[in-house]
Amino acid sequence: MQPQRRPFFGLFLTPGVTVAFLFAAAMAMILQFSVRMQIPGSLDVGGLTLRNFTGMLHPLYARVFLDTLWLCVLTAVISLILGYPLAYALVRSRRMAVKSIILIVTVTPLFLGEVVRTYSWVVVLGNNGFINSLLMKMHVIAQPLQILFTMTGVTIVLVHVTLPVVTVMLAAALAHIDPAYEKAAESLGAGPVRVFLTVTLPLSGPGIVAGLATAFAWTFSAFATPQLIGGGKVNMISNLVYQLGFGNFNFPFAASLSVAGLALTFASIALLRLLLRPLEKVGP
Amino acid sequence: MAQPRSARLLSLLGRLVVLAVLGFIILPALVVGIAAFNEKALLSFPPEHLSLRWFVNVFTYEDFQVGFRNGLIVTVAASSIALVAGAAFAFVLDRYSFNAKRFIEGLLLAPLVVPHFTIGLGFLILAAQVNMSRGFGVVILSHVALVLPFVLRSVHISLRNLDSKLELAAASLGARPGRVLLTVTAPLLLPGLFSGWLFAAILSFNEFTASLFVTSQQTQTLPVAMYNYVREYADPTMAALSVLYIVATATLLAIANKSLGLGKVLNVEQAR
Repeated sequence: MQPQRRPFFGLFLTPGVTVAFLFAAAMAMILQFSVRMQIPGSLDVGGLTLRNFTGMLHPLYARVFLDTLWLCVLTAVISLILGYPLAYALVRSRRMAVKSIILIVTVTPLFLGEVVRTYSWVVVLGNNGFINSLLMKMHVIAQPLQILFTMTGVTIVLVHVTLPVVTVMLAAALAHIDPAYEKAAESLGAGPVRVFLTVTLPLSGPGIVAGLATAFAWTFSAFATPQLIGGGKVNMISNLVYQLGFGNFNFPFAASLSVAGLALTFASIALLRLLLRPLEKVGP
Repeated sequence: MAQPRSARLLSLLGRLVVLAVLGFIILPALVVGIAAFNEKALLSFPPEHLSLRWFVNVFTYEDFQVGFRNGLIVTVAASSIALVAGAAFAFVLDRYSFNAKRFIEGLLLAPLVVPHFTIGLGFLILAAQVNMSRGFGVVILSHVALVLPFVLRSVHISLRNLDSKLELAAASLGARPGRVLLTVTAPLLLPGLFSGWLFAAILSFNEFTASLFVTSQQTQTLPVAMYNYVREYADPTMAALSVLYIVATATLLAIANKSLGLGKVLNVEQAR
């Protein structure tokens, strides 16, 4: 038997290539559907058309696109601002107990799934919910605050969903900064604020960019949060796609919205990386 | 060394900020923990009477039972397939160069950035186009695509950290490639394989958006059943189920932390 030069090559490659092929086929189906005509009352599709894409320019849909983008940007920035101190404390705390507590508290929500976490927030923010009951018992307010079904409410919960992953990514970036740089700055007479602003913060630049990009993509992907917290008053592209598919059985239009959403995600993340390129380049 | 007052103030302020953010993360879990024991069907804070009836309801509600069983079927199948396909592909990726290598890797990692509703819609249309019935097949397939990146990353990192001298030693002593793989490479990869599989399984069990698109009444998984429940009923049954979820997840993570170290989890995230 001649010795194999590349043992297991074909055998090990096949399953991965199969999954990649099926995924590509699913994406190709969306592309294909996005330029087809809907046949009302049928799940089959008609001939080629661009009407799905021109139909998107309707103010109703343009509004959803703008809301989605705004929610994504807002969520990414707030997650960064809240996550940075948490990541900093996680990496720099000298006490093991503090580290473990921060780590467990931060990581557990990552595994709970969107439904459980969103439902929990309905209980917190609802009209009979925790915050309103508390404020009314304390006589701060007479009428319950309307937080559910508002942009504010949706933003709060979206931040809660993306904050853990942003924190973990920032912590990973901070953990890989050589403390010698900070020591050097300190020994040259820089105070803690100056060390942070001129050494630590720039060196964590790549983590910041990666965290923002991930938060953006995750928020764009969110469905249960805008659906349950937005309650039809605040809609994201995901909700529209579901509504068009399963409410109106207009799968071609749902597919074209998905395609536009995908293009928008990639364009936004590319733009973000372009704008923040100076941040990514800094560092050893 | 005595710190100047401004530095002490700064560190105090930092601590307060960190505490506030931690409070924000924990708040909904605590509130749900209280709501789950409320005797009345309507939310009220603080609960007037305590009761365990909603926990009983969780276990007797048929959709949850079916959803749990379906979820287990999908999770076990999808995470196992993803483990085999992902680990094998990571091996090929690490050892060989071949045509379209980056392209295939890019396709397999794409579900990390492609929105889940798009993935769900894509597989739904694909299944309909090839006249595949809306059974477990399409649900498992979409979950495989969704969780495979995590296995791929985890095993790829382990392979890069593996000391190839050990494999060379075994080969030079006359071991065939198959024997090297089974007795040297695979045991050394075990932690990476296990953490990749665990990650994949947890994510698959909790996957909601794509599942909503590809499941039917017969194949709906637990998160889909929970979502439907929330849309229909307002009683605290979901709060009770959430409490069980949070406790189970925290326990699982504590075990994983003991045996693997959560640093492993961090590594996976870091590589995204």
